[in-house]
Amino acid sequence: MRFQLIGVNHKSAPLEVRERLAIPESRLPDTCRELAAYPGIEEGMVISTCNRVEVVTHTVNGAADLRGFLHDHFHLKPEELDAHLYEFREKDAVRHIFRVAASLDSMVVGEAQILGQVKEAYATARAVGACRGQLDQLFSRAFAVAKRVRTETAVGSSSVSIASVAVELAKKIFGTLQGKNVFIVGAGKMSELAARHLMAHGCASIFVANRTYDRAIGLAQKFNGQAIKFEDLYNTCDKADIVITSTGAPHAIFRREHGEQFLSRRKNRPMFFIDIAVPRDVSPEMAKLDGIFAYDIDDLQQAVSSHVADRRKEAELAEAIIAGEVERFEARLHTLDVVPTIVSLQDHLETIRQAEIDRVRGRMGQLTPEQEIAIEALTRGIINKVMHTPITTLKTAARESEATTVVDVVRRLFNLQVKGKEDTVPATTKDELGTRH
Amino acid sequence: MSLLWLRFALGCYFIGLIYAFVALTRTSDLFSRIALHAASLGMVFHFVSLVELFLTGHVLWASVHNGESLLGFLSMTFFMVIYSIYQTTSPGVVVFPVVFFLTFVAAVDEQPVLQMAFIQHKGWLVAHIILIFTGYAALVLSFGASLLYLIQERRLKAKKPSSLISFLPALEVIDQIGYRSLLLGFPFMTLGLITGSIVAMSAYGHIDFTDPKILLSLLMWAVYMIMVFTRWNSGWRGRRAAVLATFAFVAAIVAWAANYFSTIHRFAA
Repeated sequence: MRFQLIGVNHKSAPLEVRERLAIPESRLPDTCRELAAYPGIEEGMVISTCNRVEVVTHTVNGAADLRGFLHDHFHLKPEELDAHLYEFREKDAVRHIFRVAASLDSMVVGEAQILGQVKEAYATARAVGACRGQLDQLFSRAFAVAKRVRTETAVGSSSVSIASVAVELAKKIFGTLQGKNVFIVGAGKMSELAARHLMAHGCASIFVANRTYDRAIGLAQKFNGQAIKFEDLYNTCDKADIVITSTGAPHAIFRREHGEQFLSRRKNRPMFFIDIAVPRDVSPEMAKLDGIFAYDIDDLQQAVSSHVADRRKEAELAEAIIAGEVERFEARLHTLDVVPTIVSLQDHLETIRQAEIDRVRGRMGQLTPEQEIAIEALTRGIINKVMHTPITTLKTAARESEATTVVDVVRRLFNLQVKGKEDTVPATTKDELGTRH
Repeated sequence: MSLLWLRFALGCYFIGLIYAFVALTRTSDLFSRIALHAASLGMVFHFVSLVELFLTGHVLWASVHNGESLLGFLSMTFFMVIYSIYQTTSPGVVVFPVVFFLTFVAAVDEQPVLQMAFIQHKGWLVAHIILIFTGYAALVLSFGASLLYLIQERRLKAKKPSSLISFLPALEVIDQIGYRSLLLGFPFMTLGLITGSIVAMSAYGHIDFTDPKILLSLLMWAVYMIMVFTRWNSGWRGRRAAVLATFAFVAAIVAWAANYFSTIHRFAA
């Protein structure tokens, strides 16, 4: 197991650094090829999302210069990058990949997107042949672990970002969001994100009002929506069921009289205000009106954090699952390590047996079929009995850390050579055994 | 026999009653499914009980208890219709206790059936009873919905994080349930009162507007109409609608209780 991983994520690096490392989807295959061709690397793949860039490899000797690869590839100086990097090897790398796939390392723990992104990265690496035996095993296990975490814990039960909390609340009020209209007041990143979520859940149309009319037009075009002049805000706002407001106004722009006006024009159909402005855009007096549901940034944050508190317990459970899975994965890989040795041991003894039978045949002349069967059974029986203990010992040893020592001893005792199975099973040649651990 | 079946039904509805209390504090998919099945089974028994009553050949509903039994059955039918449309058992929180109460009262004992003075208007009388009771059942439901609306509105306004995992359906869905029951119930109630007046006119030759039963029925109808009108005209919902619905519900109960005082609209001697 010579996994090596290097990367940055939202915790280790600020956005400016992640931006410079982000690899566009179109260039991902080339990057994978380049990585796999880098000295000391057998297999490699790259995960690049808005929150992380990770280079995952299986290396020749467990000590490839992955930092060097990043410096070369992104043309960055070590001092620009190295402080933000984290690096994991072997078991720690396995654990990290499991945690990433299970969304425990995400900014929003439990969000489901990351698994899809990792799967895509894996597919890309496979397509260019950069990801074969070892990484294949690692990632198919990681996907299984992610699924286990999802089904056995409530980590991913409901999403927690502010935007999705807003969607959840909107559904509590309106049931379905089909056909509901959204009004964005004050174009901003966060309101855009919330609007995107709402549209994805079926909202029908969107209005945008902004102090700078041009920005309103720009944002409206993104959603196929309609830009509204800021002066017309109060006349058109009642058409919207959901209002996302985030202006930089120093005072509330929606006051009680506006609310009353909207409600009477809407025949009291309820309105949902998502107020992410600080200071608030919706006055508390207006929020008291029957039929007006206004959530400010603190309310939303509170809803998010209550989810997070529930989730912390679940995350602990998930971490326990992952710890167990890492152990199991390691044990399995070790078992695979001993398989070639067992096979060559069997081959070796079988060769001896055949040679001996041939010698006996020469001396005894023609044998009756019954005699043939008896000799065959006798020799096979002896070999099996002799091999039983060494094979059992190898298999037991595989589950523990002494595997390499035992493998080494058996090979020396029987002078074994492993046949070429390097593509699917790790080759454990003598030289390597010496350098490991 | 009919009473026996009714008591079986009562047993089933009892599970629904427990569900109503439990659902106020926690949600359980399994339990709501059990309650739903129990209620359906209860309806089967209830139906058998009503059919047997009918087969006895009397003008069957002309007893307070039988009337209550019928009303319970109709309320349950409404509940099931709503379940099939909205896939929610939440109205059961109100409907189950009401139905249980009605069935319980009806299942206590047999009542002597009054020999009707106006037996010659049997057709009109049957129409009157069915129409009025359907109206009542719809009223029960829209009353339940308006209470649920208030609860849900409070939860959303309180911004307690737990409001996100409440057992109630969305606010607009509750509102639709209430409004649709209201709209459906109103014509039944109106026609029921008209047929009742026809029966009374032909039996007594005039309508005595000072009779408490008639006064209260008219009052109830007026409140009902105000509810439909304010909702249709200015979309009243929430607190104001709940106040009206409560008023109409109380009026309905009082109008029902008036059967015990009225000189012209009585069941048992």
